[in-house]
Amino acid sequence: MSSFKTSNVSIKGLTVCVPGEVKSIFDYDLLSKDEQDLFYKTVGIKERRVARPEVTCSDLCEKSARHFFENNITKPENIDLVVFVSQSPDYFLPSTAVILQDKLGLKKTTLAFDVTLGCSGYIYGLSIIANFLQSGQFKQALLLCGDKSTISTYIEDKSSYPLFGDAGSATLLEYDTDAEDMIFNMNSDGAGKNAIIIEHGHSRHPYSPESDVIMQIEPGVRRGKKHLALNGQDIFTFALKEVSPNINETLKAAGKTINDIDHFILHQANKLINETIRKKLGIEKEKYPYSIELFGNTSSASVPLTMCYVLEQQLLKERLNLLLCGFGVGLSWGSVILRTDKLLCAKLFDYDKP
Amino acid sequence: MLLEEFISKLEGEFDDMPKGTLQPDTDYRSIKGWSSMHALIIIAFVDINFNITLNGSDLKATKTVSDLYNLVQQKRPA
Repeated sequence: MSSFKTSNVSIKGLTVCVPGEVKSIFDYDLLSKDEQDLFYKTVGIKERRVARPEVTCSDLCEKSARHFFENNITKPENIDLVVFVSQSPDYFLPSTAVILQDKLGLKKTTLAFDVTLGCSGYIYGLSIIANFLQSGQFKQALLLCGDKSTISTYIEDKSSYPLFGDAGSATLLEYDTDAEDMIFNMNSDGAGKNAIIIEHGHSRHPYSPESDVIMQIEPGVRRGKKHLALNGQDIFTFALKEVSPNINETLKAAGKTINDIDHFILHQANKLINETIRKKLGIEKEKYPYSIELFGNTSSASVPLTMCYVLEQQLLKERLNLLLCGFGVGLSWGSVILRTDKLLCAKLFDYDKP
Repeated sequence: MLLEEFISKLEGEFDDMPKGTLQPDTDYRSIKGWSSMHALIIIAFVDINFNITLNGSDLKATKTVSDLYNLVQQKRPA
């Protein structure tokens, strides 16, 4: 069973926080001028946001969540559950979600735990929270989702360094008997674990002096074993093979067609991947928003970031039928069809601005 | 799709590539400015036009444009 549904759960609000510092692909000297142009045209990234050394993903998520409290969208005491989805936690242990329970002033009866997923993480996070909320025993939950990917990429690795930006999001979900069902289709394939991997630093290969040794992998690609390694061709092939069937399965499980969906919001991996998927499925450009040009690949924050960046006004004023899709590291991928109804906020803001 | 059409469409995928740059025996990795992004462009081109998803090792086994064309023909359902 990879398709399932949840009932009685709706998204109330969304916020996404990005760091203020902008890095442009046209300042990345490891690529020649022609390569920079080709990168921008093909991968679609012009700029991305990079967090300062002292700012973590949880700081970005914390600021996103505080927006709900500061703007009276909810109160800390209403939150029964907080899930932090990230691959850049504050510490090896304890769970970052537990630290955020305290920092956000949530009550001690709050369930709080971390989920280690990347590009598919937003959809997984929604599925976990929707399952908790749907019985009515929990009333409100926070999904805190994002990554500080720039901590693990190495500047001399042109196959990964220019791709990733940092972002942290917060999504407020609520038990709501008027909500439309959410229809999920979720998948995993650990055989592809090496396609995106940080090999050293956890228990399989604990950190050692070898982790720091910088090796030449191929021309323009130098990194150590503590850095993120990405096999672009394998990821590309995976995405082309798996994402469109996953979207079709989700539509089928929901009894809907492409025409019933107002917007398809896909993980912002790479413009060429996303455009190839769009053309395969025959989705109109207008229903397929992008944020990758100015923010890069922001891991599990990319879906809510794209929603806030492109669709803020529609999310606030309209009822929307959306298909959200995440795919990548794991390998792990999934989609959800859900309806939003006049969100209380859908805001993208800058960490460094008050 | 015949070889000539395949070549002309593939040339169209690469920005600013003058017509006639690619010949059946052209080693496509030797084209000026070749980078790993071009490999992705080829994979996307084959996927959209033939509904065949090539992987990295499929591509590694090819050298020339006609190798690529033959690979696609082999992988097409009969």
